[in-house]
Amino acid sequence: MAHIAEPVTAARLDQEPFREPLVLGDLTPHDITEKIASIVERPASWKYWLTLSITGLAAAWGIFAIGYTIATGIGVWGLNNPVAWGWDITNFVWWIGIGHAGTLISAILHLFRQRWRTAINRSAEAMTIFAVLCAGLFPLIHLGRPWFAYWLIPYPNQMQMWVNFRSPLVWDVFAVTTYLTVSILFWYLGLIPDLATVRNYVRRRLPKALYTFFSLGWVGAARHWQHYEIAYLILAAISTPLVLSVHSVVSFDFSVSILPGWHTTIFPPYFVAGAIFSGFAMVLTLVLIARWVLNLQDIITLKHIDNMNRILLATGMMVGYAYLMEFFVAMYSGNEYERYVFLNRAFGPYGWAYWTMVFCNVAVPQLFWSRRLRRNVVVTFIASILVNVGMWFERFVIIVTSLHRDFLPASWDYYAPTWVEVSIYIGTLGIFFTLFLLFAKYIPIIAISEVKAILPHAQPKHHVGAEVA
Amino acid sequence: MAAKARPVAIMGNFKDPDTLLQAVREVRTRGYRFFEVYTPYPVHGLEQTMGLRRSKLPYISFAGGVLGLATALLLQWWTGAVDYRLNIGGKPFFAWEFSVPVDFELTVLFTAFATVFGFLALCRLPRWYSDYQHDPGFRAATDDTFVLAVESRDPLFSLEQTRALLEQLGAEDVRLVEA
Repeated sequence: MAHIAEPVTAARLDQEPFREPLVLGDLTPHDITEKIASIVERPASWKYWLTLSITGLAAAWGIFAIGYTIATGIGVWGLNNPVAWGWDITNFVWWIGIGHAGTLISAILHLFRQRWRTAINRSAEAMTIFAVLCAGLFPLIHLGRPWFAYWLIPYPNQMQMWVNFRSPLVWDVFAVTTYLTVSILFWYLGLIPDLATVRNYVRRRLPKALYTFFSLGWVGAARHWQHYEIAYLILAAISTPLVLSVHSVVSFDFSVSILPGWHTTIFPPYFVAGAIFSGFAMVLTLVLIARWVLNLQDIITLKHIDNMNRILLATGMMVGYAYLMEFFVAMYSGNEYERYVFLNRAFGPYGWAYWTMVFCNVAVPQLFWSRRLRRNVVVTFIASILVNVGMWFERFVIIVTSLHRDFLPASWDYYAPTWVEVSIYIGTLGIFFTLFLLFAKYIPIIAISEVKAILPHAQPKHHVGAEVA
Repeated sequence: MAAKARPVAIMGNFKDPDTLLQAVREVRTRGYRFFEVYTPYPVHGLEQTMGLRRSKLPYISFAGGVLGLATALLLQWWTGAVDYRLNIGGKPFFAWEFSVPVDFELTVLFTAFATVFGFLALCRLPRWYSDYQHDPGFRAATDDTFVLAVESRDPLFSLEQTRALLEQLGAEDVRLVEA
């Protein structure tokens, strides 16, 4: 059957782009500089200071609770004998997971040449660093005597001891510190040209001196860009497996043990999918706020939000598959302890947490089959928060339900947090959002040079160079 | 301020990447060798047109990765199997299988450091001074302008002819920069 075209005027047809543009509003490169660099120069609104003082207060409260824990001992937490890991490790795994989206967006999407990443990669990378910093706090406090934390690092010492490289907990130290370091290096490398742009934009003396210092004298020479692009590519290539490794190693903390509910081979991919899922949800939460507060609707467009929601849908279903597969394997294994743990998870005293998790992580993302909802800012915002609630409960369920009823019914117990644990968690949320707000104000929140490079007329139409070389 | 200003380059600004590439091609085929282009973002095809050689950075990164892997293996083998042999659940003192996570992490870590510091070294950065830094037209190269600078150390450099060439190639605001 022949296709019947609707009548249209030539002018209308000319206006219709073949592809949805990545940057709206016909912005020129100078407009991009102006839009992003001016955030640094102009005074922040009262909304900014109000938000900053709330998050700062939360951070201060959390730091107080941490101080109280350290001064008193971790007995002030609700942990008990079978449940030796509670909110602390739940929060650790949750924060680390959130810290996965940044490097995923920078590295994996760069290798796949997903050009839409340029609008969100900078803020996602910043978010990664802050999330990993928050994550790192929890194992440190959990040590009980955090002033001995340096014992985790292999160094020649008077005790003539070395760390035990056969322990997944030591692997975790290496994985998390490497991830933090590489994420910072990657982030900073991407920042150098943009800091130079801001250096040349700002007028006040002190900011100018600081941006001059941190931009390292970048001038945008073609020779430098050549090295820069290679450096970026190499960092992307090594960060791609790194992202996948970090949460795999975190999952070894559980799966290498022999506890039913933890001792499963599905954990590494299951944790990584969950990490990407929660990371993208947090990116969405932050980016939706940033684009609204800082008027970035032309650069962070509905197309970007649509794409991120597709990733939420895909990773949400991977996580859902893992939930089903865990049950199947427990049933199929014929191991009664294994079976009991999973039945107890869904129908035991923590069943409410399990079903919250299933609702938030499996049911909520199903909304995004609809294009209308993927492009609805309010729905996306609420869904992104629900996903992170769900992912928090996932970690809680894995950790606490597996521990609270172990092999010996005589030692079974119920675990609930004390105000100290809740305060520390709120405190890390405060630290995270405080750092993010400071970043949004003082560091270019969008990768300026990358966005300029994808504008419609940014690149030559034909490479005359090909003939010369 | 006491030193006498000497000419360092003749510069022209471009707004359009096609004109820029054409101009670079022209400058190069005329025989100029000491020229540089400053751009707000990487421009496709510029390095071929300028005749830049491939970056050596991958070799530096690779060396970093090899060093990282060697460090990880040596560290785990020597501490576990030589210096401090501790029997834990009958596990071997060293086996490549359990060393994989740390091997991988240190390989990545050292590669990343080698890449970033190698990048800075190849670019001769940090360098907080540039002969051009007081030229307002040059500073636009981090905003929306491409700047082509023909340096005075080029044998073909001539105050009149180089200026005329850049103007003829469509450069705006052709100027002599002194430092």
